[in-house]
Amino acid sequence: MTEFELPPIDYAAIAPILIIMGAAVLGVLVEAFVPRRLRHPVQLPLALLAVLAALTMVVVNADKRVITFGVIAIDGPTLFLQGAILALSAVALLLVGERAIERGGAFVAQAAITADSPDDRRQAERAGGAGEVYPLVTFAVGGMLIFVSANDLLTMFIALEVFSLPLYLLCALARRRRLLSQEAAMKYFLLGAYASAFFLFGLALLYGFTAGMGDRQAGVDFATIHAAVADSTQSPVLLFAGMALVAIGLLFKAAAAPFHVWVPDVYQGAPTPITGFMAACTKVAAFGALLRVFHVAFEGARWDFTPVLGAVAVLTMVVGAVLAVTQTDIKRLLAYSSIANAGYLLVGVLAPGPEGLSGTMFYLVAYGFTVLAAFAVVTLVRDADGEATHLSRWAGLGRRSPLYASVFTFILLAFAGIPLTSGFISKFAVFAPALDGGHAWLVIAGVLTSMVLAFPYLRVVVMMWLSEPGEATPTVTVPGGLTSAALVIGVIATLVLGVVPGPLLDLATGAADFVR
Amino acid sequence: MSDFPFLSVLTAAPLVGAVVVALMPRSRPTLAKQVALGWSLLVLALSVVMWVTWQVDGKRFQFRESYPWIPNWGVNFTFAADGIALVMLMLIAVLVPLVILASWHDAESSKRSVPAYFALLLVLECTMLGVFAAADVFLFYVFFEVMLVPMYFLIGSYGGHQRQYAAVKFFLYSLVGGLFMLAAVIGLWVVGGKTFDWVALSEVDISTGAERWLFLGFFIAFAIKAPFFPFHTWLPDAGGAAPAGAAALLVGVLDKVGTFGIIRYCLPLFPDAAQWFAPWALALALVGIIYAALLAVGQNDLKRLVSYTSIAHFGFIGVGIFAFTTQAGTGAVLYMLNHGLATGLLFLVVGMLIARRGSALVSDFGGAGKLVPLLAGVLLFAGLASLALPGTAPFVSEFLVLIGTFTVNKPVAVIATLGIILAAAYVLWMVQRTTQGTLNPALTEIDGMKRDLNLREKVVVAPLIALIVLLGFYPKPVTDVINPAVQATMEDVGRTDPAPSVDTVQEASR
Repeated sequence: MTEFELPPIDYAAIAPILIIMGAAVLGVLVEAFVPRRLRHPVQLPLALLAVLAALTMVVVNADKRVITFGVIAIDGPTLFLQGAILALSAVALLLVGERAIERGGAFVAQAAITADSPDDRRQAERAGGAGEVYPLVTFAVGGMLIFVSANDLLTMFIALEVFSLPLYLLCALARRRRLLSQEAAMKYFLLGAYASAFFLFGLALLYGFTAGMGDRQAGVDFATIHAAVADSTQSPVLLFAGMALVAIGLLFKAAAAPFHVWVPDVYQGAPTPITGFMAACTKVAAFGALLRVFHVAFEGARWDFTPVLGAVAVLTMVVGAVLAVTQTDIKRLLAYSSIANAGYLLVGVLAPGPEGLSGTMFYLVAYGFTVLAAFAVVTLVRDADGEATHLSRWAGLGRRSPLYASVFTFILLAFAGIPLTSGFISKFAVFAPALDGGHAWLVIAGVLTSMVLAFPYLRVVVMMWLSEPGEATPTVTVPGGLTSAALVIGVIATLVLGVVPGPLLDLATGAADFVR
Repeated sequence: MSDFPFLSVLTAAPLVGAVVVALMPRSRPTLAKQVALGWSLLVLALSVVMWVTWQVDGKRFQFRESYPWIPNWGVNFTFAADGIALVMLMLIAVLVPLVILASWHDAESSKRSVPAYFALLLVLECTMLGVFAAADVFLFYVFFEVMLVPMYFLIGSYGGHQRQYAAVKFFLYSLVGGLFMLAAVIGLWVVGGKTFDWVALSEVDISTGAERWLFLGFFIAFAIKAPFFPFHTWLPDAGGAAPAGAAALLVGVLDKVGTFGIIRYCLPLFPDAAQWFAPWALALALVGIIYAALLAVGQNDLKRLVSYTSIAHFGFIGVGIFAFTTQAGTGAVLYMLNHGLATGLLFLVVGMLIARRGSALVSDFGGAGKLVPLLAGVLLFAGLASLALPGTAPFVSEFLVLIGTFTVNKPVAVIATLGIILAAAYVLWMVQRTTQGTLNPALTEIDGMKRDLNLREKVVVAPLIALIVLLGFYPKPVTDVINPAVQATMEDVGRTDPAPSVDTVQEASR
């Protein structure tokens, strides 16, 4: 009988994960035992405190470079991305916790009630929001933290499920337009399940591939795969097939074309705070994993995957940019913009060396803050039926509420990559190393699609400022303190990262080295 | 005194002013206007001090200052001015107060915030000054792009007919050019050893293929900005829709960024590619001269007409740049200044006419000179200056461009000269149809047309007229500043002027 030996565990190194997971479990207990009216006041501070405590632990760990538990790699990219996920999710939690805009917040109590049935309408009108959103979000954050630090594919798969399942549920909880919300959740779940299956199948093929290394043991940890790519005597068919299937699973989460079809529907149907959370944090997690898989495990096969992944990047940019032009709903527009941004991020992933890595990580943080601020504004523009997301309703907003229109204009300029915003710096941060690495075609595709993408952003600006307000122009709700805080953080981050990006770039450069 | 950080203070000052003006209450528009005017005069005073401090025989780049910005990428806040930049900075500093004064009542008709209009003008001044003062390619790019934003809102929020369409078209055209340039900027950074410093980059050797692509990236951006044929279609729309003051800045200064960029970046950084592409650039410039002039003749909208004349003038500047002689180059730079003064004046005067009549159509005027003789006189003067009548400043520059080109490329010079004839046609015909001839009876019923230039408007046009005449007779102070910079640029390109062929003259006289 084989003796199992407990691998050495560096508890300090995985403290952020433990704190978040602990808080999530605690959140479930709160939901079970605390009286209903007290749940929200308890849950929100609990979740926020946990995130801040975890963030503190990440900062404390800043110089750690270990592989602990055998499967968790705590290194520069892990810590940087964990920090990013935690910081962004803190802002997202502020949006999730907002109760001043609408009674019970953006969520219903029970997702499972048939949409548009009398019960459903009653709960949408009167019932308080589900307190479960907090533990669900916290679980998702925990899963993301593991996802970016996973050092083998199996751990990565489990983390993928841990953060995906809560997200599927959260998508179904929108208070308004229930049918869209439930449809979004269903679609996301089904397609997500497929993507997970692809990932799992690829994992199995890769295991088979690593088995051909003579006396070395087969495995799916990244060091073994890395060694197998260099030494294996097996036919590379298994490697290529496995690599492709794993990539599909990850690209699905990253919202890259042609695995993007879920994005517009889910972004539109999900409660807006959750959309913001997905656009910011899921992106960080998915690209964190992509970076680790392709920079560590498959590094030796760079020549093989670059053309394919490059084609995916170009396709993603083109699809995102071109389809964004035709959108009439602000959430769908932002969804396609998010797809295009996934393309730019892929350019960064393909850029070789630490510059590409640090550029991509910078991009993730900068984009995350901007997109959260954008969705924060979307939650504010509303009428009696909830958020007014159709673009025609935004006409003349600049006249009705110049402050929020200015803020949103600034955000759109950042998306368009105008200098003095973080959008410009982050584009530069991924394009420069890509060009340096000889991928001029990717940069040219990026620049061309940026031109196309500028048009839909500009159209919104024109709508807000240059059109006369119509009868249907909704007013902007005065935001509660939490949304204001999220908005201010997002906008200030966009401005500061655009004007003085030096410190964060330094941090990203210092962190751009994987442990192997 | 020379240690004073002139350029950064000059660039930052209007921005501070803009913030102050923007914070003024909407209920007190006059105060906002006065503060904006005062602030722009302050900037003018500072630039005059710079002009006086400038050492004509000194280094090519003066007032250099540099502060680190993004050390990871080697980006610095580096400001430095050569003679060309100094002249353009002066032009901006002179034009902005006049434009503010000329636009005194422009913002009121639009039902939008008056302080915001003047704040935007000051932001625009900041970015325009920055774009000419920057000596770091990254910094230049930043100003180049940010410049779009205030102009976009000036056109879009305060413009006339079709302002939305014009504003979006302006923004998209410029952004497209800017993104091409971004790709080239990144490429330059990669091949140039990860630095953005202009001086360091000008000494880098680039392979022929890469050099041509990079040249093209920059050139397209500048050709759209200038604009050269066939990238010009945004200008008549933008110029036609913008409020007159903003249009004067758009055509008078903003478009010069294009030609300035070619002289400062395309030629010295990519000298071989510049020579390789020169025939094409010359061809575009020539087409622009003739084509835009023909279109100008046919325009019925005054502001669009002036916009088209500008495109023709930019053709001349393009010819002067790509002839690669010191004379033509000096002529081109001088043309940039003089065109700013003359077309700026023309736009402002046309704006005054339009404000009185309430229409921009030439056919709505006729015999206006009988009602507003002084205004008609100024219009005639501005028109004559812009067709380069001897005695006005543009004549000197156009003449320099043509003789400088003639020494090296006779066909181009001859074709360009045709443009002068067309210029006479469009200017004189426009003047004739608006102010001369029988009085259009409809005009007498409009109260505005009975008021000739008031004191404010006289103060606006007087300095411009004085400068145009002064520089027409005595351009030496300006050419002294420009000449060394142009010579240095030509040396960067590696072209020397053809030696004057004295022998043949002697033989002929024998």
